[in-house]
Amino acid sequence: MVRQCAILFGCLGAGELLVFLTGIKLPSSIIGMLLLTLLLKLGWVKLEWVKGLSDFLIANLGFFFVPPGVALMLYFDIIAAQFVPIVLATVVSTALVLVVTGWTHQWVRGKSAKK
Amino acid sequence: MEFLKNQYFLIFITFALFFGAKLLQKRSGWVVLNPILVTIAMLILFLSVTGIPYSDYEKGGMMIDFWLKPAVVALGVPLYLQLEQIKKQLLPIFLSQLVGCLVGIVSVVLVAKWLGATNEVIVSLAPKSVTTPIAMEVTRGLGGIPSLTAAVVVCVGLLGAVFGFKVLMVGKVKSPIAQGLSMGTASHAVGTSAAMERSQKYGAYASLGLTLNGILTAIITPYLLPLLGIGG
Repeated sequence: MVRQCAILFGCLGAGELLVFLTGIKLPSSIIGMLLLTLLLKLGWVKLEWVKGLSDFLIANLGFFFVPPGVALMLYFDIIAAQFVPIVLATVVSTALVLVVTGWTHQWVRGKSAKK
Repeated sequence: MEFLKNQYFLIFITFALFFGAKLLQKRSGWVVLNPILVTIAMLILFLSVTGIPYSDYEKGGMMIDFWLKPAVVALGVPLYLQLEQIKKQLLPIFLSQLVGCLVGIVSVVLVAKWLGATNEVIVSLAPKSVTTPIAMEVTRGLGGIPSLTAAVVVCVGLLGAVFGFKVLMVGKVKSPIAQGLSMGTASHAVGTSAAMERSQKYGAYASLGLTLNGILTAIITPYLLPLLGIGG
């Protein structure tokens, strides 16, 4: 467990450092995630070294954003005032993403299959 | 009643409510009773009734919130396990993700702007298609309202899970791979679990869409918003 934590927090820490040094506009956690993937791919980190903790964290992902979600209570007035734009924009955009992603995949795959 | 503000007690309440909410969804089998939304609603109700200010809850909540970043790093493991699959269809997958990501951000920003939403709200909506931890990180970095993002993201997931396959049928997206990818791209983990119910294959591609769109959105959003006239 200690090794698992060291690896995960090592990747996260490296991400934080990179953001600190370069000012890049990317969440440190995403950099850490890509770094972890890279280390696994290179074989520098073995899958069983991180599997237990990462499975646990991913399985309970939903729980970790409950507390920040509760902060919603601070913004009820903003949400009430802009309820219609929030809901409409979200619904329209979600339907668009579904269809357009599917179309693009079908189209590109059809093109490359014909060659 | 001062004890109610005790941070360990508040953490206990959070765990207990989440456990109860998960049980509730399992028993009822209703997707709409999303445990995250139910727990957030119950906690807000609890805090309002007892008169505990959010700032007090936050002291306990921070300890749970803290694990969000390491959990995102942990997503590197499934990404690694999917690398082979991505390589097999690199171009179709990459292009559909890129287009899906751009359409997702641009459409929500433009519609919200057109309907008169404020900058703060627009920024919070921009990463709405991707998994909550990533979306919240993006919003936080750009000065939006992370909690609004969290709520919207969960709702988007439910939308996709309940209506996703119907929308795909109407939109004539027929290939199982494309359907799976779309579900993950548009409605992240909740959409993925709906796809997983169809079959493993749908689920695997949906989780690919979930991870890849998450990464792309995190990279693209901060640079795309200024182009759309939204100050970060």
